[in-house]
Amino acid sequence: MLELRKDLFADERDDNLKEIGKGTQRQDMLGHVTGTSPYFDDHKLQGMLHLKVVRSAHAHARLRRIDTSEAERSQGVRRVIRASDVPRNLNTLLSLINFGKDDEPSLAVDKVRYKGEPIVAIVADSPREAYEAIAKVKIDYEVLPAVFDVEDALKPGAPVVNEVYPKNTFTYHETYDHQQLRFGDADRALASADHVLEQRYQMSPIEHAPTETNGSIAAPDTNGRYIVYTSTQALFFSVDTCAKILDVPSNTFHFIGGTVGGGFGGKVDTLTEPLCILGAMLTGRPVRYVFGREEEMQYGPPRGAERIYIKDGVMRDGRVVARKVRAYFDSGAYTRLSSYAAVKCAAHLPGPYTIPNVYGDVYCVFTNRTPATAMRGFGVTAMDFAIECQMDKLAHLVGMDPMEFRILNAYRDGDMKAHRREAKNTALIECVQVAAEKAKWPIRDEFKRMSSRKDGGGSRAAVTPTPRETHAPLAAPPQQRTTYDRAPAATREPPPPPPSSPPPSPPPRPSSPSHGATRFSSVFGTRRR
Amino acid sequence: MPVTVKTFTSSHDAAAALSSDRSARYLGGGTLVMRALNEGDISISTIVRASDHAMTRIDATGSRITLGAGVTFARILAERELGFLHAPARSIGGPAVRNMGTVGGNLFAPMPYGDFTVAMLALDAVVSVQGGLGGREIPLDEFLQTRDRQTGALVLAISFARPGSADAFRYRKIARIKPKGGAVITLAAHLPINGSRIVGARVALGSMAPTPIRARAAERALEGRSLDASTINAAAAAAVEGTSPGDNALASAWYRREIVGVHLRRLLSGQE
Amino acid sequence: MAKTALQFQHNGRDVAIFVDGGTNLLVALRELIGDMTPKFGCGQGGCGTCSVLIDGEIHLSCLTLAETVAGRSVETLDGIKDGPNLHPLQRAFADNFAAQCGYCTPGMLMAAKALLDRNPQPSRAEVVEAISGNICRCTGYEPIINAVLAAASGGRARA
Repeated sequence: MLELRKDLFADERDDNLKEIGKGTQRQDMLGHVTGTSPYFDDHKLQGMLHLKVVRSAHAHARLRRIDTSEAERSQGVRRVIRASDVPRNLNTLLSLINFGKDDEPSLAVDKVRYKGEPIVAIVADSPREAYEAIAKVKIDYEVLPAVFDVEDALKPGAPVVNEVYPKNTFTYHETYDHQQLRFGDADRALASADHVLEQRYQMSPIEHAPTETNGSIAAPDTNGRYIVYTSTQALFFSVDTCAKILDVPSNTFHFIGGTVGGGFGGKVDTLTEPLCILGAMLTGRPVRYVFGREEEMQYGPPRGAERIYIKDGVMRDGRVVARKVRAYFDSGAYTRLSSYAAVKCAAHLPGPYTIPNVYGDVYCVFTNRTPATAMRGFGVTAMDFAIECQMDKLAHLVGMDPMEFRILNAYRDGDMKAHRREAKNTALIECVQVAAEKAKWPIRDEFKRMSSRKDGGGSRAAVTPTPRETHAPLAAPPQQRTTYDRAPAATREPPPPPPSSPPPSPPPRPSSPSHGATRFSSVFGTRRR
Repeated sequence: MPVTVKTFTSSHDAAAALSSDRSARYLGGGTLVMRALNEGDISISTIVRASDHAMTRIDATGSRITLGAGVTFARILAERELGFLHAPARSIGGPAVRNMGTVGGNLFAPMPYGDFTVAMLALDAVVSVQGGLGGREIPLDEFLQTRDRQTGALVLAISFARPGSADAFRYRKIARIKPKGGAVITLAAHLPINGSRIVGARVALGSMAPTPIRARAAERALEGRSLDASTINAAAAAAVEGTSPGDNALASAWYRREIVGVHLRRLLSGQE
Repeated sequence: MAKTALQFQHNGRDVAIFVDGGTNLLVALRELIGDMTPKFGCGQGGCGTCSVLIDGEIHLSCLTLAETVAGRSVETLDGIKDGPNLHPLQRAFADNFAAQCGYCTPGMLMAAKALLDRNPQPSRAEVVEAISGNICRCTGYEPIINAVLAAASGGRARA
């Protein structure tokens, strides 16, 4: 049962709130228990047609010839949609925020890059007739060598998965083939550490397996617009993506969604809407495109696979003094959202611990696997799995209790994090203390007395001199303190003197948000706002 | 081609319709044929049904038991006389699948399904088949080896001898999800005891080959011996012999080969 | 395409429809009768969200050939309310937060009803067994089990 530990940080919180902390019925509960919540598929429209796609039989192949003539004559077929019918048949999801190059067609043009990639769409009177027509589409493939492993994909001579990114890596800021984090001198610290532990971790793709499969229904509306019922988790994102691909203003569409039969991140990719709407545009009829279970599991985007190498330096007293990480995100054949996952991963390093020397390289890699997408903390989840396995192994290495080891290394208020932000409102120490208490795991009194609010900052706020690499680091931006931030503890030591060599010094704190301040975004780089 | 449904009152007529049409499938409980149609299998364009009551009959009064092909797992679970088959029947699906799925359909269920057939195989069951030309009885072992060619024949019933004692028949399904889930592997054993010796040992395995198979080497290790530790060790060591498991989402072939002896040992020694 | 006439009882009401060959009961209920309460989740018998009662027994409508329910009684979630009043199971699901995305809820409720109709005071293990054919991907099994037990202990579970 849920237990709120209000004794922790009690002075920071006003408990006299009207909603927070009170049990409240879901607004959609009555619909759920009566079966009347309106999912996208719960709309029966007059004369509705059914869309199914012909999917690639190969993971990587050139398309020599596609013959749809027999399929077009098949009984019940209203329209065969080919790549040339898609108005703008190249897109990348995050192009809506100017991030990344268009790299994925709605229907494959010259080649297929993963098994199951859509090639042709069939719109027919019934699902059965669509399946029968699919069997009549003849595709002449020239099978190409495929690559399924992130590190193989980076080797010289590896097959080029996606010609938009010929090095098989996503390109950041039109320059960099990976995300970097450099904080202090990890190599020097590793050289002087009492122990060094290097390990490899990896995680397979994970399918969200929502009970409701991905799908949508599109229908011509009475005013020249199209009404679209969709399973999307990202309604407005999906509207704009469809507007781009179909090359019409976004107010062409009236999207209706919001009731999603399980998403978990797997329904943000606008998988079905563009072809569904195009089917409605080309036939003038309502069109339904819904994934079968097999399609959902095999070709619906999963949480991407990851491979992670961690090399840590630890002292006999239990302090982790260096962490060096190399991580590879398997984006599959197209970018979707993995470029952003790698950014999140780099931002998360080295986990919730104060480590004075951190070095991270995070790659978003293309392979001939099903494109990956968002899923519950993607970018962070596998890295946390790796980091926490590593923390257990490090504790074992220095003969420390794993709970105490985490408390010792946990970040505290005032510490400097690896991406040069002050740690604020930290609570890991208290989390571990409560977890130990609940698990009846004995920890020593001195560790029970430790606090996120005590003994942080000071030397722990220092930025160790960081060796420069070939490109100049971007200036550290000022950090804003908001009214929600925990106030600095009165007993805290004064900030440390600036380190001797040229560090990006801890920034001054403006008391309120100041317009015109330089902001850093990992997505956009430095910009004015 | 749209799907045509043909319903017959006699199993003989249904068998004739089935054998004369390559695109015809017999519809039992629906868990295989309707699933195939839902997934877009266009090779099926005729559904044949029979409303012959003989096909849903259970004869469990004597020493020889006959189950009509249309008998559902829920009905087996409701039959006190068939208590020894409750474990395999209960290991299949959830309550809805057990209300629908049939003994006859289970003979055709591809890996990782077909758990009941593993139990039948350990009981040396015989399948009654109605072909276009007439009826015949086929040992289940032989039926499974030619299963792909049997879709044109109509299974009427399956029959087998009642085990001599409650302890003689044992069943174990290894699944990752409890109480319901596809099998990692399935094991069944029939160990009739004469004096203190096992006579006519049968060990059947599911998900260790494309169809349920008998573990003949393990059977040889058990035959004519008493069920002691050394016999169990020998049978467990021989369990993997002659198997050809595949990889699927539930387990790899390697894993199946590794665990089959472990679980056979537990089955034979009565461990949970 | 030849269609077959089909009559059956839908939530106590006689209905007559024409179905195409091979049409499953889920499609017949949703597209021909307009009862959207049973859902499509897999078409394979793996998820249970299409569950309905046929002559009082739990079945998967997606794997049921529609013609096979001729003359029989089919009960869906749409039929379990008593006018404007929720069925005790529906009330218990709401009170116990036993629905998150709501997509498995129709099947869960029908599986629970099939159980309580036969066994008004089930044990926890019997509840687990009864909903074992139904998948909840928001992983809310505990509240669902608690809701079924709460409905049973309320002693009002018999419809």
